[in-house]
Amino acid sequence: MTSNDVWEYAPAPESREIANLKPSYRMFVDGEFVDGAGEPLKSINPATEEVLAEVSTAAPSDVDRAVQAARRAYDEVWGRMPGRERAKYLFRVARLIQERGRELAVLETLDNGKPIKESRDVDVPTAAAHFFHHAGWADKLAHAGYGPDPRPIGVAGQVIPWNFPLLMAAWKIAPALACGNTVVLKPAETTPLTALVLGEILQQAELPPGVVNIVPGAGDVGARLVRHEGIDKVAFTGSTEVGKEIQRAVAGTGRRLTLELGGKAANVVFDDAPLDQAVEGIVNGIFFNQGHVCCAGSRLLVQESIAEELLDRLRQRVATLRLGDPLDKNTDVGAINSRAQLEKIRELADAGDAEGAQRWTSPCPVPEKGFFFAPTVFSNVHQAMRIAREEIFGPVLSVLTFRTPDEAVAKANNTPYGLSAGIWTEKGSRILWMAQRMRAGVVWANTFNRFDPTAPFGGYQESGFGREGGRAGLAAYLATGDEGTGN
Amino acid sequence: MGVPSTTASAVSTASAGAVSATLPAHLADAVRDDAALRRFLHGLPGVDQVGLEQRAAGLATRSIKKAAKLWAIDTAIRMVDLTTLEGADTPGKVRSLCAKARRPDPERPDVPRVAAVCVYPDLVEVAVAELAGTGVGVASVATAFPSGRSSRAVKLADTRLAVEAGASEVDMVIDRGAFLSGRYGEVFEEIVAVREACGEAHLKVILETGELATYDNVRRASWLALLAGADFIKTSTGKVSPAATLPVTHLMLGAVRDWHAQTGEARGVKPAGGIRTTKDAVRYLVAVHEVAGPRWLDPHLFRFGASSLLNDLLMQRRTQLDGHYSGPDYVTVD
Repeated sequence: MTSNDVWEYAPAPESREIANLKPSYRMFVDGEFVDGAGEPLKSINPATEEVLAEVSTAAPSDVDRAVQAARRAYDEVWGRMPGRERAKYLFRVARLIQERGRELAVLETLDNGKPIKESRDVDVPTAAAHFFHHAGWADKLAHAGYGPDPRPIGVAGQVIPWNFPLLMAAWKIAPALACGNTVVLKPAETTPLTALVLGEILQQAELPPGVVNIVPGAGDVGARLVRHEGIDKVAFTGSTEVGKEIQRAVAGTGRRLTLELGGKAANVVFDDAPLDQAVEGIVNGIFFNQGHVCCAGSRLLVQESIAEELLDRLRQRVATLRLGDPLDKNTDVGAINSRAQLEKIRELADAGDAEGAQRWTSPCPVPEKGFFFAPTVFSNVHQAMRIAREEIFGPVLSVLTFRTPDEAVAKANNTPYGLSAGIWTEKGSRILWMAQRMRAGVVWANTFNRFDPTAPFGGYQESGFGREGGRAGLAAYLATGDEGTGN
Repeated sequence: MGVPSTTASAVSTASAGAVSATLPAHLADAVRDDAALRRFLHGLPGVDQVGLEQRAAGLATRSIKKAAKLWAIDTAIRMVDLTTLEGADTPGKVRSLCAKARRPDPERPDVPRVAAVCVYPDLVEVAVAELAGTGVGVASVATAFPSGRSSRAVKLADTRLAVEAGASEVDMVIDRGAFLSGRYGEVFEEIVAVREACGEAHLKVILETGELATYDNVRRASWLALLAGADFIKTSTGKVSPAATLPVTHLMLGAVRDWHAQTGEARGVKPAGGIRTTKDAVRYLVAVHEVAGPRWLDPHLFRFGASSLLNDLLMQRRTQLDGHYSGPDYVTVD
């Protein structure tokens, strides 16, 4: 071969056998896997459109049963168990997630469409980290700053999205359990599989029956769960639209609520930024997980004086992203999770064209089968355009410019959302100045999309309320002072 | 030496004809005088350490298998500057290294030759005689390698010694003392002077990144060397720890990529020291491929300064072709 040949990376697929895929999965209630009375759903692989497995779903009576089991487990075992004992179970779960990490990663990639390198290097390790972190808190809650005797709330109904199926389950279950609550969890309709394997892990860890119950199904199951009389606390991660519905339903019931909803984060790049790393951060901000990230840096605000140079570098870099088979270890951008989501992304991107923004699409080859959308960058975007205001939840970046720091703040905050933001500058004082003024729950400086269980995560305004992770995240699952315990 | 006006004028006179004539206006301006050079180097965008190291680590997870791996191994062999730089070096040692360079794996004549043999100046003659007509280059370190702590006159004489003995490539070291104390003009001027002394020989400029310590310094030194006419920028002498690292090489590959974007000229990068395994080499090649671009996957634009790497490449090559590992007794130790 001559050196002028193109170096094609040979396919390096992770074996799908590792996922231990079963033809059917059942719901997990009261420590057992049981058939639900709902209409079974088929979970498909978005990269190939093939059916992966049939999953039984919960009927209203099943939701009742799950809530009753959780109540019983709370009253009889978990709610009164000393924190140091609860911690042992959580540590065990964390270690089992690590032990079965490869299986979980491959299964997540099959079910969700995200690249194996992300499920392997981010989702699964971070899920384990959340259990480890919260296991450590379980016996220290009296010293967490919530008074001398913080108590659990009771039964938590939790509804999670499809973008990080296992990680969101861990993110919700670990703090609830650490604080002594029991859980009924509804995974997303399109991605129920890893949550149900997590159910197996909970069995393996010999978690007492009923402490965690997992009820798959569509939106109706979630709606039933969050309105259920038998629960004391609702935690939801998902769209702002559904979040609002839940808030209306929960209002006046005395049930506690935390919502982690959509976002339209601004990633602000100043002219003194470390340019190459800013480009990496922009790429990571919007193309990580195909842009299916509520805190994605979907609005790039770049100082006008460097806009052209930055965009040139950005396009050059984005063109090197490898789109394709999510199981291939060298894939950077995987499949869009569902046909419906793909259509929504297309619709919004077309609106960008129609409103006069300039579309650039990565020249990468796109597989014929499966749901794929090539990384796309819109320049000449203005605040008034839909692609600058609405959450696209896909690999589509909108680029706007600014001239002064004040203008950057004004534009960054000009959104009904407020989940996350990024600042890129070599000037430390400017980072602090900006961070004070940005209305966002998380502000990253010279990095983006970094997650750690020790750091609280949550939003402002239509991005929701309540925090998950860190010490602040415990508050959502603790009754302090005069608050009722739901008993 | 040391009088500011002398330094400034030397920058302008030495560089004006040789280097800046072909440069785009903004780069020609950068080397006009000491102050302009400092402004230019300090005006380069900063490097964020966390981000750079994260990117390098991320790219290192690429999984290169089968035909892609075999291609990488052969390409890496063709990029090796087979090196011996010991006080104990003798003509005999250099001859055996040259034999290895000519025929890396005697039982497999299809194995490509390495790019060059790299030795001290006094042994260049031996290597040149051994390698005549083979296409394998002879590289010589020079300029009071590895510390660079000597007078300009000695450094230039060292360079001429190597070139007159027939070296086709010269690996010089920059004056890190001058660089770290901000005397960029002096460093620049010295590279230009060595460049002239090289004549036809290719010039690789060793930054000794382990002594520059910060990534900002590495970026500035890279641009300084490129402005002064380096054909290659090279990470290390191999005598200082840390030697080559992936993040530093990423940064330098970014510098030659940007240089190419601004001038149309393709310059090379050579990591040296500490690269011992095929796995490491493949990671470097992935960085070359995805940071600088496919064009740099060429011995004219990328080299490995290494001694033990070659045998690991040969063993892995056999493993790829034979389907099993044979062991270190089946490659020659030179």
